[in-house]
Amino acid sequence: MRGLRGALPVLFGLALWQGAIVVLGPPPYILPGPVRVAGALWENRALLAENALVTIAEVLIGLALGAVLGWITAIGLALSPSARRMVRPLLVFSQSVPVFALAPIFTLWFGYGLAAKIAMALLIIYFPVTSAFFDALVSTPRGWVEQARVMGAGPGRIMWCVRVPAALPGLLSGLRLAAVYAPIGAIIGEWVGASRGLGYLMLLANGRAKIDLMFAVVLVVAALTILLHRAVDGLANRVEARRRA
Amino acid sequence: MTAPPGLRFSGRVLSGAAQVLAPMSLSVAAGRWTCLLGPSGVGKSTLLHCFAGLGDDLLLDGTAEAGDGAPLAGRVALMAQSDLLLPWLTARDNVTIGARLRRERRGHAGAARLLERVGLHGLAGRKPHALSGGQRQRAALARTLFEDCPVVLLDEPFSALDVANRARMQELAAAELRGRTVLHVTHDPAEAARLGEHIVLLTPAGVSEVPAGAPRAFPRAPDADDTLALTGRLTRLLLDAA
Repeated sequence: MRGLRGALPVLFGLALWQGAIVVLGPPPYILPGPVRVAGALWENRALLAENALVTIAEVLIGLALGAVLGWITAIGLALSPSARRMVRPLLVFSQSVPVFALAPIFTLWFGYGLAAKIAMALLIIYFPVTSAFFDALVSTPRGWVEQARVMGAGPGRIMWCVRVPAALPGLLSGLRLAAVYAPIGAIIGEWVGASRGLGYLMLLANGRAKIDLMFAVVLVVAALTILLHRAVDGLANRVEARRRA
Repeated sequence: MTAPPGLRFSGRVLSGAAQVLAPMSLSVAAGRWTCLLGPSGVGKSTLLHCFAGLGDDLLLDGTAEAGDGAPLAGRVALMAQSDLLLPWLTARDNVTIGARLRRERRGHAGAARLLERVGLHGLAGRKPHALSGGQRQRAALARTLFEDCPVVLLDEPFSALDVANRARMQELAAAELRGRTVLHVTHDPAEAARLGEHIVLLTPAGVSEVPAGAPRAFPRAPDADDTLALTGRLTRLLLDAA
């Protein structure tokens, strides 16, 4: 029953899509129907899987690195007011530069391989993770910190034993966001210059007028993103439940 | 625990340009329970913060020191109105948090004993959300006892409890903290009348010691005639000062 309820929106979306095909009758090179796309998915399953693996690797490595770097940055900023004054404006500036504009530069620096895409995924999630965790770190209830100080703890111990665990929910919500953003970064990186990956395959299919394959790739990207978000969300929920139990 | 020192304060406290504690001086007897009674906003908690070495945004124009001249840091425990238990730790881990913060190795056996003494036998593995308000404040008392400091600062620690729980906590705290230098900030005349070996009234008009008389038992019974009379006298003094 629950599975059916989850499938309902999907079926509804497919029905809308098929309805548009029937009513508007667009040529298949503009909007292929669900059946055609399903066919392309099946025919190109090996190709899709091979390229999806590349993108998944980029996303996962970018996510892990971005999370660790964001974690370290947030703690550093929370510990040092002077670092905050120096680094925070830079962080905001880095976010005001459109990621698209940076992609060619990263390709120039890191080449056509995995590194440039990992850097893109990392960059796009670094800020949400850092700022969500930092905000949580600086809003640790004052009483807890004062209590720890009276007990003779230094700033480092207070950070490790009180502020970091207190801010864990903030870090987790940053990671939930990151799971949605990271694939965007990797795909953009692949558009700019790649010989493998789902972003590359999308452009290739477009260039060869294989519109049904292009749609198939979009579906795969969407499915991967949803799966990644679900996985991170599930993990975060389990961590939070364990903390409360 | 080392011999409890007395406490001395003299001066005033500023926060920016504002004065949060008017010029005053106070001395707290060593090894005795002193209640500092006064209306809200008169600067009682500020005074405690000065002895605890807290308040980065406060400027102490004067001194807050131990009577023996040695530094107070490391000899002071603080118990606040809110229990300040960390929600992700069990009661046992909350009691021993001070040791963890100082990187000391101290067994959980002591914590279990303390929890038993404050009446939380069998609840050591529970997290704060699974404890009642009274139980949480008992765990906070166990944490304060675990610190084993000669000076204990109490910042209205029982004011959030219902009457029966408050009376029980007062008895428990009085028994467990006996012999230490206790500075107990409260706005409740009945609490000061029960617990104070010395009672100091702090009002906008200034500081004055109220003779508490020698108690027959400590803490005084809440319904004893002398406790009720003292409560009445303190209430009158607060009314007159307002």
